Amino acid sequence: MTEPRTLSEKIWDAHVVESPLADAARREALGAEADAGPQADLLYIDLHLVHEVTSPQAFEGLRLSGRTVRRPDLTLATVDHNVPTIGRDQPNPDPLSATQIQVMSDNCREFGLELYGIFDTRQGIVHVIGPEQGVTQPGLTIVCGDSHTSTHGAFGALAFGIGTSEVEHVLATQTLRQSRPLTMSVEVTGQLGPGVMAKDVILAIINEIGVDGGVGYVIEYRGEVIRGLSMEGRMTVCNMSIEGGARAGLIAPDETTFEYVKGRPRAPQGEDWEKAVEYWRTLPTDEGARFDREVVLDGAAIEPFVTWGTNPGQSVQIGDVVPDPSSFDEPSRREAATRALEYMDLEAGTPIREIAIDRVFLGSCTNARIDDLRAAASIVEGKQVASSVHAMVVPGSGLVKAQAEQEGLDAIFTAAGFEWRDAGCSMCLGMNPDILLPGERCASTSNRNFEGRQGPGGRTHLVSPPMAAAAAIAGRFVDVRELA
Amino acid sequence: MDPVSRVVGKAIPLNRANVDTDQIIPAKYLKRIERTGYGPFAFEAWRADPDFVLNNPAYEGAPILIAQQNLGSGSSREHAVWAIQGLGVEALIAPSFADIFKNNCFQGGVLTVELAQEDVDWLMARAEETPDAEIEVDLETQTVRAGPGWERSFEIDAFRKYRLLRGLDDIGMTLEYEADVERFEATRSPLLPSVTAD
Repeated sequence: MTEPRTLSEKIWDAHVVESPLADAARREALGAEADAGPQADLLYIDLHLVHEVTSPQAFEGLRLSGRTVRRPDLTLATVDHNVPTIGRDQPNPDPLSATQIQVMSDNCREFGLELYGIFDTRQGIVHVIGPEQGVTQPGLTIVCGDSHTSTHGAFGALAFGIGTSEVEHVLATQTLRQSRPLTMSVEVTGQLGPGVMAKDVILAIINEIGVDGGVGYVIEYRGEVIRGLSMEGRMTVCNMSIEGGARAGLIAPDETTFEYVKGRPRAPQGEDWEKAVEYWRTLPTDEGARFDREVVLDGAAIEPFVTWGTNPGQSVQIGDVVPDPSSFDEPSRREAATRALEYMDLEAGTPIREIAIDRVFLGSCTNARIDDLRAAASIVEGKQVASSVHAMVVPGSGLVKAQAEQEGLDAIFTAAGFEWRDAGCSMCLGMNPDILLPGERCASTSNRNFEGRQGPGGRTHLVSPPMAAAAAIAGRFVDVRELA
Repeated sequence: MDPVSRVVGKAIPLNRANVDTDQIIPAKYLKRIERTGYGPFAFEAWRADPDFVLNNPAYEGAPILIAQQNLGSGSSREHAVWAIQGLGVEALIAPSFADIFKNNCFQGGVLTVELAQEDVDWLMARAEETPDAEIEVDLETQTVRAGPGWERSFEIDAFRKYRLLRGLDDIGMTLEYEADVERFEATRSPLLPSVTAD
């Protein structure tokens, strides 16, 4: 009888190519030179997603050392971070951006990689297209040169972000040397109240564990609330694992997962489908498996969240006020809060509902899937964006955009005064022209409220899609539950 | 990668926690396709404040930077490491580092030294009060020295240390396990997805 194992441990064990710690004979043979050997496991990577911003230097590295891509069939590329979201039929006005997009295309041609380019309807945010195409599946190891790769954990995959040197390593070898992470269980019990979204759940979790609470860990999200989320909701939760410091976060695959994957272009078909599901059913954490840390949250106590500061842990619920920095015991948190309030131009004690906004961004790998757009559209329908607010919707992929248009969501948004854009990362990170002006305040469905994240001097408040939609209409934050 | 063994010099006291990689190098500079040239843009927004520590000429040429916990949080951009190297910084000291950033530092040959909170606070105060005070980070013996009698040891994965000391190519070393990788690939399920198969 083997020891009970967690979901992430099962995936890890199934991907160890070579384990120096397990291979006593090899270490014995190395003798005093054992230190000259790796201490970490060599992990096989099932899927490598590539985008234009963190890959050019990796491909250049391959060229310089005369190496090739080991598994083009396990490598999928798109352009998302740096693409314009309007005027794609026009020449790109930014020469640096145009070059980077061209280089992605050249590299894919040179190394024989599948690319969903800027004019492909499948183009979109890398963490939207993997699930959409059915290449993101339970039990896989998935990496990408992007910290929000944790998104794919929603399918019960072990997915994490890597840097450019590691991108080059995976391109060349389809493996990575990694130390086995610690495991954390985050259980969200009970039922969510009406109007409370997956985004509020993950903001509540980060508020609880802190922005570095997950450093060194893989988080497994569990409990009734998590089980009840749609795949889109689960992706929102796993997406922001990194905002709590965890490189990976995952959720056990179940019927909701299988339902989502079934019939997608790269999903197993027919008999293969049955066999795959049979394997996926063996993945959930065994009864009695031990986690290195366990956290439990009461789902019923979670209300819509709004961040007030400059990291995703600095948040309160909609009925609260901007906190007084002196209310934090720990000196470093107090100082961080003081700095954040100064940057955000907020006074302690201000009710969140009195904070007026200038911009609304509905998009990003956190919240730009069809479910997110539907939830926001249901708030917007028949209403008008406040005259003081500039609001935009940036769908997560060309296919999300097409689906939304088929459902008439674009008409709802545009009639209300939202701009309806092409797919990309857009104002989540302010690489393309979609940025905040200095001092502008934005209700954003993205994942990071860091200083200058959405543009130098810009002020970001993270919220759920319905909360962003409601703020667009009111011109300030409102409790979305009062609109129902 | 060039071998790394010892870093000696002044230290920049960046007394902030959760310094994210968006601060270290803003996204607008990630459009470049090179690995070098990021130094002038490092901490761009904070450098707009004349009182920001990097604008203090007393710390010019410092090869060490001290910060508070969770250094390098957020985006996986390795450009952050390239930017820090562009400032001439070769070693970082903090109570903790964000996971991806720590890996990226290792890849670029920037030493990440984790010390206890009180030791970081002591070094921070010393660097603030005496900008000329030197710190020595010695990878071989895994020690940090700061003035007579102040010495602390730090942990590092033995293989990473071995590689850093010799400046070895990570990919080249993994390619030595080619036979293991081939053996593993032969056992992979045919059900696993391909991005190209129809």
